[in-house]
Amino acid sequence: MATAAAHQTASSQTYGAEGAVDDTTAYQSVFDAAVAADERIEPRDWMPDAYRATLVRQIAQHAHSEIIGMQPEANWITRAPSLRRKAILMAKVQDEAGHGLYLYSAAETLGTGRDELLDKLHSGRQKYSSIFNYPTLTWADVGAIGWLVDGAAITNQVPLCRCSYGPYARAMVRICKEESFHQRQGYELLLALSNGTPEQHAMAQDAVDRWWWPSLMMFGPPDDESAHSAQSMAWKIKRHSNDELRQRFVDICVPQAESLGLTLPDPDLKWNEERGQHDFGPIDWTEFREVLKGNGPCNEQRITQRRKAHDEGAWVREAATAHAAKHTGEKGAARA
Amino acid sequence: MSTSETTAVAAPAPVPTAAALALGDDALVLSHRLGEWAGHAPVLEEEVALANIALDLLGQARVLLSMAGDEDELAYLREERAFRNLQLVEQPNGDFAHTIVRQLYFSTYQHLLYTELAAGDGPFAPLAAKAVKEVAYHRDHAEQWTLRLGDGTEESHARMLRAGEALWRFTGEMFRPVDGVDVDGERMEAAWLAAVGEVLRRATLPLPEGPRAGAWAAGAGRQGLHTEPFGRMLAEMQHLHRSHPGASW
Repeated sequence: MATAAAHQTASSQTYGAEGAVDDTTAYQSVFDAAVAADERIEPRDWMPDAYRATLVRQIAQHAHSEIIGMQPEANWITRAPSLRRKAILMAKVQDEAGHGLYLYSAAETLGTGRDELLDKLHSGRQKYSSIFNYPTLTWADVGAIGWLVDGAAITNQVPLCRCSYGPYARAMVRICKEESFHQRQGYELLLALSNGTPEQHAMAQDAVDRWWWPSLMMFGPPDDESAHSAQSMAWKIKRHSNDELRQRFVDICVPQAESLGLTLPDPDLKWNEERGQHDFGPIDWTEFREVLKGNGPCNEQRITQRRKAHDEGAWVREAATAHAAKHTGEKGAARA
Repeated sequence: MSTSETTAVAAPAPVPTAAALALGDDALVLSHRLGEWAGHAPVLEEEVALANIALDLLGQARVLLSMAGDEDELAYLREERAFRNLQLVEQPNGDFAHTIVRQLYFSTYQHLLYTELAAGDGPFAPLAAKAVKEVAYHRDHAEQWTLRLGDGTEESHARMLRAGEALWRFTGEMFRPVDGVDVDGERMEAAWLAAVGEVLRRATLPLPEGPRAGAWAAGAGRQGLHTEPFGRMLAEMQHLHRSHPGASW
């Protein structure tokens, strides 16, 4: 492809360095053309600093969400009510750690290191998804997370498989496959509860009641308040607006809730014939902002556990590094 | 099926329930302990590795317990005195060194055991043939970490010394005969001592010197005599299942 060849050329010129300032405009137009032609930007290509910074922020936040997101579910591994469910849950939490690893690798192609990103997570300078600041209070929450939280994540992430940055897009293809599987398992868990004893049914309904609104908040603030949206869409990092994706998610969930035999906790939820979509009630954006600010039910607990795991593991990572240094200086298998 | 009945040369060997329970409980209990690490591991790669090992063990437990009865009834509705697992596998995770040493001691044993069972024609041969591949990986993982931690820093070395000694007293039990498990315990014990000794030597760690057998420490778990932390582990594991008698999940 002509533009692909051109932006490769532009990137090799940056290594020539001289006259780089004058060339920026040329590189920018090659970059713009590649994005316009739906080509993938690769790690060695020239890219605007702001594009790089936006991607680092987004991919890191995504990676952190996978890692923090292990906690609410791991909370139930030791209490899972059957061996089959326990195996499914363990496999899921393991997948999440794997997703975190893919995503940190993708972020590293942009010139940052995993250590630095983890440091920013631990010090609160980078965020993770607000949803993981809610507690898992019953076994049914594991199902609600699978169905609703993973469902919302997939709705958000499937378009990212076509994101303009190649390494991120490719990571999303792998992640989305596994996420869809988790989502079906969560749905199936809730279905078993919904069709179970009256106590199990009530447990499922209660979980859906508590997770529905926080799941809708996962799509981010409304379009007119979303600071980065327009630029991200122009760069084709983002393909749809927050409100579009949120609407799509609601329309997907309504019939699924019906077949589960569960209700969604929104009295304003109804089919709008004219729009061909569901209307739904107002989201409590005050709660959303509070959770983002660190005042959600589990913010403190989640970050404290993450820091504790990291700090208590320091001697293990140091040992691995020391061992590697003693033995032929090969690279350590574990990193700080 | 009628065809298999008429063509079968010999009736299948009856499943030795006690043996299936003993081996199944080992896998179930150690899997549970490893599951407690989720979200707490020292490095992300170990989140994946420990969960992976836990899952393999849970898979083995499900096959073995199903040979003895209903897997969930056996896991969730037996009380402490009816469990037949080794005391070694119920020991709390402690620090990463304790977890690794427990894993080294147990995986080495399990690898020797399953290699032998896989080679035989007993009722555990099919399970062992599949599981031995998983267990070889568990053993390698434990050995690699033993080397890194034993021959790492002063602190990691000291922690491995403590863990190696603390868990040593639970190792004699592994070689007591289990009714229905057709292996030569003495020969396996010699092979185990040689293998573990060699890994510890390479890790610059001495072979612990304390007793490996005693009135209480050896053979006790197999008789349903457990250590105190085990009851709490079961309370957590069984609570939800027991709260909803007869429910399906």
